[in-house]
Amino acid sequence: MSERRVKLTFLNDKIKDPLIYQMGHEFNVVTNIRMADITSEIGWVMLGLVGEATEIDKALAWAQANGIQVDPDATVGDIVEG
Amino acid sequence: MNPYCNGLQCRECGRKFDLEPIFACDFCFGPLEVDYNYENIKTDLSKSKIESGPTSLWRYAPLLPCNPDFKVDLGDGFTPLIKAKRLAKAIGLDNLWIKNDTVNPTWSFKDRVVSVAIAKAIEFNFSAIACASTGNLANSVAAHAAAAGLECYVFIPQDLEQGKVVGSAIYAPNLIKVEGSYDDVNRLCTELSMVKNWAFVNINVRPYYSEGSKTLGFEICEQLGWRTPDHIVAPMASGSMYTKIWKGIKEFHKLGLIDEPKVRLSGAQAAGCSPITTAYENNSFTFIPQKPNTIAKSLAIGNPADGYYALKQMAETNGYGSQASDSEIVEGMNLLAETEGIFAETAGGVTIACLKKLVQSKKIAKNEETVAIISGGGLKTIEVVSATANNAMLVKPNIESFEMNLTR
Repeated sequence: MSERRVKLTFLNDKIKDPLIYQMGHEFNVVTNIRMADITSEIGWVMLGLVGEATEIDKALAWAQANGIQVDPDATVGDIVEG
Repeated sequence: MNPYCNGLQCRECGRKFDLEPIFACDFCFGPLEVDYNYENIKTDLSKSKIESGPTSLWRYAPLLPCNPDFKVDLGDGFTPLIKAKRLAKAIGLDNLWIKNDTVNPTWSFKDRVVSVAIAKAIEFNFSAIACASTGNLANSVAAHAAAAGLECYVFIPQDLEQGKVVGSAIYAPNLIKVEGSYDDVNRLCTELSMVKNWAFVNINVRPYYSEGSKTLGFEICEQLGWRTPDHIVAPMASGSMYTKIWKGIKEFHKLGLIDEPKVRLSGAQAAGCSPITTAYENNSFTFIPQKPNTIAKSLAIGNPADGYYALKQMAETNGYGSQASDSEIVEGMNLLAETEGIFAETAGGVTIACLKKLVQSKKIAKNEETVAIISGGGLKTIEVVSATANNAMLVKPNIESFEMNLTR
């Protein structure tokens, strides 16, 4: 089993979609919202995911395909620095 | 036991943790930062003690989260604060200073953060130090590890330019080229940080590493005669340096070393990687991560860890966000070199270009005493200004030819 933390960003109409609920049903992953914020134009969620690594990869690829921006853990952000 | 540090604390929920190599709150995923014991620091720190300390950032040791016995000091920090009269005149300011961090041991401000991170890594008894970087950070980590005799792993994208590779390779670290995109390097290093007993400077020792940037704020205050300027303009990548300058200034005030600060802090980004300043322009505290496309590679962080805190700080200090195009960045580099004799890398061009814009738009008033942070040396990004070499005059080896060409 793997554990991963990601930041999901929802823009415009995507804010209304129950994507995290659907992700938990479509894939064998446990989703765990730990921090979030939302306005009328943008929403973000710090999401913990637990499951097989390949299943997490599939779930995140599915989220991206559904118009959600997926980025690594926002606590660290991009690790590669100049 | 460090008498000056109580532990770590979550910036979001306030939960407290021991001084361990951890970086995120296990409750809310918020970032951790060092919780200092300012009463003890106040007892032991004074202006005179600082002034009689080493001419490096270690003169502020009680305000850094590590035991100075473990320091690896290459002469990091305490860089010159230079009165920039010609540049001030060129852009329309009365009173401008340049904080010249190009003169650090590996020619960038990263020596500040790495100096602290490596001291902490040795204190934690890590077997090696590591980072993922395309330039400045890699150079600094490799150099400090060499001086400490510590094993070092530097991860770089496989297509990095040879000149940038040499800047790290000369210090003989374990240099690892990673096949794939920047995201692949990010992911590999995150996974390695979980399985290796290494200090990844900006992952598992990040709460300590980032504190090194506070020394920029300390030095500006001390070098101005224990006071703040009216305005500071700093470049932003992750937003960490920008936020830590303000933290340093607030700490000096808390310790009674300066009066209540009235300084405004503005942040500069390249237009090709501007998640923070774009959010600022949209009046939002939520930034949207970007895929960088800019010549300012040292600022190319599309998903900035401290972006939210940088935006809050802009609002708190009545500062501004500003961004510069690639051509404006090159103009800024040239202007700084031609007026002040300081050759900055692209990030310095971003700072100068944004400073100029802020003055032109009257967001910085003519009479505001301003400090511009120049964070790295120009020999690191020579390719973007190589056209200046075409200005050379070709003459025959006699005076007539020289005089004739000179009058053309």
